[in-house]
Amino acid sequence: MTSAARPLTRQRPMSERIIEVLLFLAAALGVLTTAGIILVLAYQTLEFFAVVSPVEFFTGTKWSAGIKPYAWGVLPLVSGTILVAAIAMIVAIPLGLLSAVLLSDYASSRTRNFVKPLLETIAGIPTIVLGFFAINFLAPQVLVPIIGKGNIGTFSALSGGIVVGLLVTPLIASISDDSMRAVPRGMREGAYAMGATKFEVIRKVVVPAALSGIMASIILAASRAIGETMIVSLAVGDKPQLTFDPTESVQTMTAFIAQIAIGETAQGSIQFKSLFAVAATLFVFTLVLNLLSAWVVRRYRTAY
Amino acid sequence: MNTQLSEAPAREPSTDGGGPSINLATMARDHAVVSGEVEPESIVELQDVSCYYGSFRAVRNVDIKVAKHAITALIGPSGCGKSTLLRTINRMNDLVPSYRFEGRILLDGQDLSAKSVDPVAVRRRVGMVFQKPNPFPKTVWENVAFGPKINGFKGDLNELVETSLRRAALWDDVKDKLNQSGMALSGGQQQRLCIARTIAVHPEVILMDEPCSSLDPRSTLQIEELMAELKQEYTIVIVTHNMQQAARASDTTVFMTMGGDRAGYVVEKAPTVEIFTNPKNQLTEDYVSGRFG
Amino acid sequence: MSATTTPAATPAVRFEPALMRRKLTGTIFYGLCVMAVGILLIALVMLLLDVLTRGLPWLDWGFLTGVPSRRPENAGVLPALVGSLQVGIIVGVITFPVGVAAAIYMTEYARDSWVNRILQTNISNLAGVPSIIYGILGLAVFVRLLNFGSTILSAGLTLTLLILPVVIIASIEAIRAVPNAQREGAYALGATRWQMVRGSVLPAAAPGIMTGIVLAMARAIGEAAPLILIGAFAFVTFLPNPLTGSYTVLPIQIFDWARRPQDDFAGIAAAAIIVILVLMLVLNALALILRWRLSRHIQW
Repeated sequence: MTSAARPLTRQRPMSERIIEVLLFLAAALGVLTTAGIILVLAYQTLEFFAVVSPVEFFTGTKWSAGIKPYAWGVLPLVSGTILVAAIAMIVAIPLGLLSAVLLSDYASSRTRNFVKPLLETIAGIPTIVLGFFAINFLAPQVLVPIIGKGNIGTFSALSGGIVVGLLVTPLIASISDDSMRAVPRGMREGAYAMGATKFEVIRKVVVPAALSGIMASIILAASRAIGETMIVSLAVGDKPQLTFDPTESVQTMTAFIAQIAIGETAQGSIQFKSLFAVAATLFVFTLVLNLLSAWVVRRYRTAY
Repeated sequence: MNTQLSEAPAREPSTDGGGPSINLATMARDHAVVSGEVEPESIVELQDVSCYYGSFRAVRNVDIKVAKHAITALIGPSGCGKSTLLRTINRMNDLVPSYRFEGRILLDGQDLSAKSVDPVAVRRRVGMVFQKPNPFPKTVWENVAFGPKINGFKGDLNELVETSLRRAALWDDVKDKLNQSGMALSGGQQQRLCIARTIAVHPEVILMDEPCSSLDPRSTLQIEELMAELKQEYTIVIVTHNMQQAARASDTTVFMTMGGDRAGYVVEKAPTVEIFTNPKNQLTEDYVSGRFG
Repeated sequence: MSATTTPAATPAVRFEPALMRRKLTGTIFYGLCVMAVGILLIALVMLLLDVLTRGLPWLDWGFLTGVPSRRPENAGVLPALVGSLQVGIIVGVITFPVGVAAAIYMTEYARDSWVNRILQTNISNLAGVPSIIYGILGLAVFVRLLNFGSTILSAGLTLTLLILPVVIIASIEAIRAVPNAQREGAYALGATRWQMVRGSVLPAAAPGIMTGIVLAMARAIGEAAPLILIGAFAFVTFLPNPLTGSYTVLPIQIFDWARRPQDDFAGIAAAAIIVILVLMLVLNALALILRWRLSRHIQW
């Protein structure tokens, strides 16, 4: 085979290189997005800080953007966010972990085929629907009768927090379930062979081995809870106040952003700029949590 | 000498009335019998045991007696149900949803197969070492202490851990590394760690499912030496693919094979020397001489 | 044990297995697990019942084809529904090539380099950014900078950015699941990288990729927060032109009606919720069917 033979060394065809460039651009879009977010937030936040001192923003305990006298202390919004997220985690961690254990160690495949879709359905419900559920059912039909009409109203951190908890439970459940199923069967058998009950195997062998994944799922759920907007806009209220009383109506960072955006606020006004400062704070919170979650997995992954 | 095993014997509340409870007098007599080589008393008896996965019968009609303080080897070609049979003895296969078995399994006269007997209780008295060493991702100390802790050990845990590691010929290797992860040990060491933790709960019988098949030859020999020492206190049943190992290490050998109906059954059981030099059954002869397997 | 044959002195050993108590604890724990799932099930059922009882009476043909009105009896959901469908289509059409392309690059081309690590970390972080912040980005870039204005186009592009990280991650997993034997087989026949990807890897990863895209589309259709930022209105009484002019989508419409105190508005909000839930159901069913049809040819 001589003359018609294809040369062994040849340049990669133009088409291959073009394709690679195109593919790279698509992947680079992600970096562009991040850059865009950071730039926009930084720029507008700096404009805001030209008018309002950062010290007042980060340490002030009163937030009043719409009613004079204006006050720009972000702590009430932050406390509202944390309060709602904390309630959400109190709901989601037990529900999520117990469901996960059921899925990974107790369930037959029939049960699995029921519970997994149940979780995925809850995860797939649009958040305004969950918010609707909070103000039209949870608050009036469950919380008010139980806690008392004088103690809690239609809008409260508790109502929003519980529903946000329902929202993120599937996140904890499915990631924890994956982590626990990844624990090798041989490890469980070793424990059973020494006379351990099923609960002991789960508690002393499976969960410790899967711990890094479980912790990461919890941190991710917290991040999601913090970033949630629609449920809290509907169910928690719009009264920024620095309190940790769950029966109170508060405002979260996200709800404030939505409030300004919906309202008739002029685009160049200080209120509108405050939106970006709050958004930047929110972004930093969730970024820190997301990075923490990834770090936990890397650092504490049990090698087996 | 104080030989009390003072755990409340046979107090598994779920056993239904039958079967004599283990008591100290019986145990003393047993050991006297064994050391005098009068007649090997059996500690485990399988009576007409058949094992099923769903409707598929994997093992049929097994009748064997396992002698105390001896090493009994289960040999046979792949897939003939040796592991299934082994795992039936300590009710490990109960973890498989479609599994069930018929027949009776007696441990020192007590019927382990009664519906009311809790497998968890059985497994404390019948331990198991697996093919692939499976230490927990915990420290060496915690690995050995795991079993005693959950079984309510009353006494000096440190002493128990040291004793168990010594008996497993691992103490010298790990005595300075008790706080290191059990998974940082070599393969052979990991398997000895698994043996140490198994004997820490003081079982009467130790089942071994091809314990050396993932180890190098040197570790294998170490484990075989260990087995010879351990049989003075425990009874060992070992499943092995390695005929030379069975010939070297065991006192009695049981040969199983798969029948036409794909169910395993026992072909022959005899002292090891006889099985390998003068088997009574043609199938046995074919297997040990390597004509099939 | 006989004193003469034991090699080492056996210390007195006592075990108190306390089996009953341990089993009881285990049973209680199992009960808690079942209760947890039960609570989730009850919550879901209560939600659906509440929505259905409130919304079904309001759900009629007039509702589906009408436009919003100050009076609940006359209100309809058509502009919102059409807006949602338009947004969904834009999202699907753009996400598909861009998301898959990015995923292919990150799995097949950039393999283990530091570039890839940055890309991967970046995508993971983006997946965790709150949706409302994507709205801010969309406002700055699409509405103002590129001057697309408050239109369906801006909405579609913004939501695309939102779900792109999720689609990329799902596609990466689907591509990684393709066994290496497939790739090696193609290379052995002299295929170029792109030929190998297009001919062997993509068809095999298709079910996972398509399912991921359809599910992400469903998620995009359910989003409201980013759109609030970029100016979706809630009182749109005409069908929007995707490139110009105001629009609305179902989540925004629901949000607007749900915020009003009157019971009647709660009723039509519930009716609109039923519409969006049906839409979600259809999309999820589509995802399942796609997965089933596409994976019939795969056998490993």
